[in-house]
Amino acid sequence: MESVRALIVDDSSVMRKIVARSLRQAGIDLSQTLEAGNGAEALGLLRENQVDLILCDINMPVMDGLEFIKQLSTIEKAKGVPVIMVTTEGSESHVVQALSSGARGYLRKPFTAEQVKEHVVPFLGVKS
Amino acid sequence: MKPATEMLAAGHRHENWIPLLDVAVREVFELMLGCHLTEWSPEHDAVLDLTAMVGLAGQMCGLLSLRCDQKSAALMASKMLGLEPETVGPEMADALGEVCNMIAGNFKNKISGMGNGCMLSVPTVITGTDYNVYSNADSPGLEVRLLFENEPVIISLQIRG
Repeated sequence: MESVRALIVDDSSVMRKIVARSLRQAGIDLSQTLEAGNGAEALGLLRENQVDLILCDINMPVMDGLEFIKQLSTIEKAKGVPVIMVTTEGSESHVVQALSSGARGYLRKPFTAEQVKEHVVPFLGVKS
Repeated sequence: MKPATEMLAAGHRHENWIPLLDVAVREVFELMLGCHLTEWSPEHDAVLDLTAMVGLAGQMCGLLSLRCDQKSAALMASKMLGLEPETVGPEMADALGEVCNMIAGNFKNKISGMGNGCMLSVPTVITGTDYNVYSNADSPGLEVRLLFENEPVIISLQIRG
């Protein structure tokens, strides 16, 4: 499996660490993990860094996850990078809104490592 | 199960949501902390001096709170982060807030028709026991008492619907 550079966006530092650990437990080799506390911070990081995967919460201060996805298309380095929403907001309207804005997948908290594998690995082109 | 809109409109007292709240709490602890919560009993009483709160707005308005003591909160954070409880620092409040947030989200997603119509606030955590909460709830609150590693945790939901 090729190593992956991931950006994890969540206002909870604890949750960012849990997501990173779950990715490793899912068998994903993380060569680099960038962390941002909101969408605006994440956009700033993406202007300077190339990543292969973005995992993003929805409810965050400053800039939420849905607005972040909308603005992602303005960043050249982020084009084509799969975005997976990881959030407690599991409603149908949120899922539809996130997917229509460009998210590739949706993972509801609480989650298992198996669910992380199921929702993330397919977008990395890795056989599960 | 009746849809949430029907129950809220009819002024039901929501007691039949207690099992859903109980399951929502247990699932979060099992999936995210790898712990099975056990039944509460009075001899496990303690001073619950940490309170995490998440607001609900929209179709169902209210406040979900999670109360525990510092030892339990440190243990939650240690299990979430894979650290020794003694080494947990400022992450403790963050972890407690996230647990509360996930319980609130998990609970509302279990109620038919509520997922789309109810939004959650970001969590707030306060310390101490000498405070009053003034909510705009218009019905008796729901409460679930359980034991986490033999320490009490109390989850309460005040609803205005």
